[in-house]
Amino acid sequence: MSEAILTPIEKKPIGFTAGVLAAAGGFAGLFLGTAQGSGLLGILVGAALMAALAFVAMQVLGEALEKPVRWGMIAVAAVAGFLFNGIPGLIMGGLFGWFFGWFIYWIGMGRYRAHLVPYLTGGQVLWHYSFRVLCGAIFVFLITPIIVVMPLSFNAEDFFTFTPEMLAFDPAGYSLKHYRDFLTNPEWTNAVKNSLMVAPVATLISVSLGTLAAIGLSQSHVPGKRAIMAILISPMIVPLIISATGMYFFYSKIGLVGTYWGIVLAHAVLGIPFVIITVTATLVGFDRSLTRAAANMGANPVTTFFKVQMPLILPGVISGGLFAFITSFDEVVVVLFIGSAELQTLPWQMFTGLREQISPTILAAATILVGISICLLTSVEILRRRSERLRGMSPG
Amino acid sequence: MTDAATEPDKITGPTPDNALRAADKADDGPVLAADGRPLKQSLNRALRAQKLRALALIAPLLIFVLVSFIAPIGDMLFRSVENQIVRDTMPRTVAALADYDAAAGGVPRDEVFEAAYYDVFYAAERKLHTRLGSRLNYEQTGASSLFRKSGRGIDDIGEVYQDQFEDLNGDWDEARPWAELMGDPTWIAAQEGWDGSGRMPAFELRSDIADVLPRTAASYQIFARFMQTEEGDSPLEEEPWTVVHTALYQDLSEGDVSGYTGPRSDMLQAAAALVASPDFETIAFRDGLEEIDEDWVDPEIWQTIKTYSPSYTSGYFLNSVDMQKTPEGPALRDEDERIYGLLFQRTMFMSMVITISCILLGYPIAYLLSNLPSRTANLLMILVLLPFWTSLLVRTSAWKVMLQQQGVINDTLVWLGLVADDARLTMINNQFGTIVAMTHILLPFMILPMYSVMSTIPQTYVRAAKSLGATNWTTFWRVYFPQSIPGIGAGSILVFILSIGYYITPEIVGGTSGIFISNRIAYHISSSLNWGLAAALGTILLVVVLLLYWAYDRIVGIDNVKLGG
Repeated sequence: MSEAILTPIEKKPIGFTAGVLAAAGGFAGLFLGTAQGSGLLGILVGAALMAALAFVAMQVLGEALEKPVRWGMIAVAAVAGFLFNGIPGLIMGGLFGWFFGWFIYWIGMGRYRAHLVPYLTGGQVLWHYSFRVLCGAIFVFLITPIIVVMPLSFNAEDFFTFTPEMLAFDPAGYSLKHYRDFLTNPEWTNAVKNSLMVAPVATLISVSLGTLAAIGLSQSHVPGKRAIMAILISPMIVPLIISATGMYFFYSKIGLVGTYWGIVLAHAVLGIPFVIITVTATLVGFDRSLTRAAANMGANPVTTFFKVQMPLILPGVISGGLFAFITSFDEVVVVLFIGSAELQTLPWQMFTGLREQISPTILAAATILVGISICLLTSVEILRRRSERLRGMSPG
Repeated sequence: MTDAATEPDKITGPTPDNALRAADKADDGPVLAADGRPLKQSLNRALRAQKLRALALIAPLLIFVLVSFIAPIGDMLFRSVENQIVRDTMPRTVAALADYDAAAGGVPRDEVFEAAYYDVFYAAERKLHTRLGSRLNYEQTGASSLFRKSGRGIDDIGEVYQDQFEDLNGDWDEARPWAELMGDPTWIAAQEGWDGSGRMPAFELRSDIADVLPRTAASYQIFARFMQTEEGDSPLEEEPWTVVHTALYQDLSEGDVSGYTGPRSDMLQAAAALVASPDFETIAFRDGLEEIDEDWVDPEIWQTIKTYSPSYTSGYFLNSVDMQKTPEGPALRDEDERIYGLLFQRTMFMSMVITISCILLGYPIAYLLSNLPSRTANLLMILVLLPFWTSLLVRTSAWKVMLQQQGVINDTLVWLGLVADDARLTMINNQFGTIVAMTHILLPFMILPMYSVMSTIPQTYVRAAKSLGATNWTTFWRVYFPQSIPGIGAGSILVFILSIGYYITPEIVGGTSGIFISNRIAYHISSSLNWGLAAALGTILLVVVLLLYWAYDRIVGIDNVKLGG
């Protein structure tokens, strides 16, 4: 699909445009119609309306008047929506108007072929766009649950659902009370405090031990490398419930159940595979002649490590650390088993809350966590690119 | 090193091969390194040092993982077969049952009842009888209440004797006379001199008393040691348990104490005369136990004890595959008691459904991402990575919000008029809810390996196939798809491994019909407290996962596990 191929864009026959628009209008009309009581009527009205609009836009007004026509459609649909259903109707109507205005010209002027190679058949073009729509639907599936949580966390009521006031965009339907609860209720603040006390220490342990071991593993002659690797990776492979069961039995024998250090140890072990994997991946491209050169010039091993090797593998170490941190910060199964009432972490609090469904404060917590994960995701991505650039694996 | 063309008999002269051969033949000693050592030795030393350095770097972490992770897993494996509680709590009964034929059934010999009396009595004093009862209750319903009742009523048997001895001489229910009768005089002196700090002087039997009153001595020693170590009380001030009186009766009725001349011999002689008299009231152990609970004369409890008397048992594993140990050997449970087979099947089935839905949803996305220009692909990748990075509990709560009866999906459907308000769909607390939520949660684990495989498939193959006249479908099915199979394999195994061990999501959105085997494990750990069964179920799950992991390692390699693209 190189830029050199210019696909001719031409106006489509009106029969085609009107037909496609009628189908699309009928589809939209089906939903609006069923919502209002009669699906069949909705299809007919939608199809007829869209076909007529397409005809007017294409044949009567033409491409020259595209901008006014599209703005007009948005305005008319928005007003119709507002009369019909208030402010939500206004927004829905506006969106409808915008979409169909764009769609009429996109179909009618043949713009849909602009980015495709010219030799594609009609069927292939249809397939191309159906595939895009399908993928879009899957992306919606992936992202909707996370998006839905956010507005619900501003609910003024103690429900897990959208209230009519929220749907009407009435400011009275929204409030920050769940955030207030999250920030003031000792149950939640203690949970956050515990999580923040456990996760950094666990991360520190797994990063320091993990980085050393990864450096050892990356050397060329390690006896039993596969077996060692399998043992070090195993906390990630063994189902959490089994790890939790084993730890509960074993830690209760040595008196670690219900203690701070028990949880820290367990979380450190669960984070180790992530550190090992990211750091060994960084070390794969590491140029060992750099450390030799440093040693040649008289640097001792410690200086070599901190001045030469560490800066180069630091991105991998930090992203491994972030993985370990999120593992600990998000871990609930092991904490449920070996934790105690005073050591409730944030995920524990959310889990018990979800099981008993006490309050939408969970959703406020969830929204904050999504914010945190966006930050972490961004940092890991930046670090990964930086690491690849440092090692010369990608131009940047 | 040589090939046919450079054989020395064919080519003479300075070829590299001939030079090598000459060097091999030359016998002017080994090549030396700069410091004068042979080079080979020097290199070996360097290699050994390198290996040691690598191991020294790995060792701290390896030890850490072994102690805090592998040891717990080992402990769990051990617990799935460990069964010392029966042997530890009822050692005498287990020994007495040695020649009992469990398969034939029937009530055992009287010695077994005698042993059971002593075992239950000591266990009840140590408060261990309820634990044994719950352990046996997993195998035979009713065992728990039997042991609890016996623990409460076991004193009744001994009291028969205690009362009569006490009526004869009040000293029989006093601490001091018993201690003088049984204890070593030096110990009594030491105990009297003990000032309450430090360790209590350990009780010691008088040297000859065990010959005269063997049972009583053994019984009193257990009592005295228990008082000292568990209660921290002096045996000089505690009157003995009724079991000691029972033992005394047994010794007196069987042995002859007329030759005894030690302390309190008059008291003992009088007691012996009382026991010998015809109006001394006795009670057989068997009748006594039957009076406490008639289940004791039911062969079933003896069969159960006998079956579970070895220190290690396959019982938990048999239980976790819906079988049970019977005197005749392992047998399937009754139809209505089989739950684990069903649960394993359901776990496998649902994991497969989840894996397949992940393939179906993940394949188009991975295809799209690997065929888009990298800038767009990176942007869209964020949509895949964001759920991956979002807390599991956030996503699970989001699905609870979406799927519940008053949830977002139902509201939308009702608003669209597709579903009547009073006929909202039940999408949560069943298998559907678990499958949808887990497909969403595990989808990134499918997309990422697929994407990394697909982005290595060259576009030229597809174009070549098309230019040779293949249709779109043929091009995809015969050229593209086979090359993407490693990605599907890697993703599927990963998703399957993760899903069969899932706990949190099924627990919250699974209700009763959508739960996995892991929920049952958690139930046995925290509610039913049948830890052995939980360990056995966990072991089976672990074996399945390790087999899959092994397959994953063979197909993909551990080193190729990628995180976040």
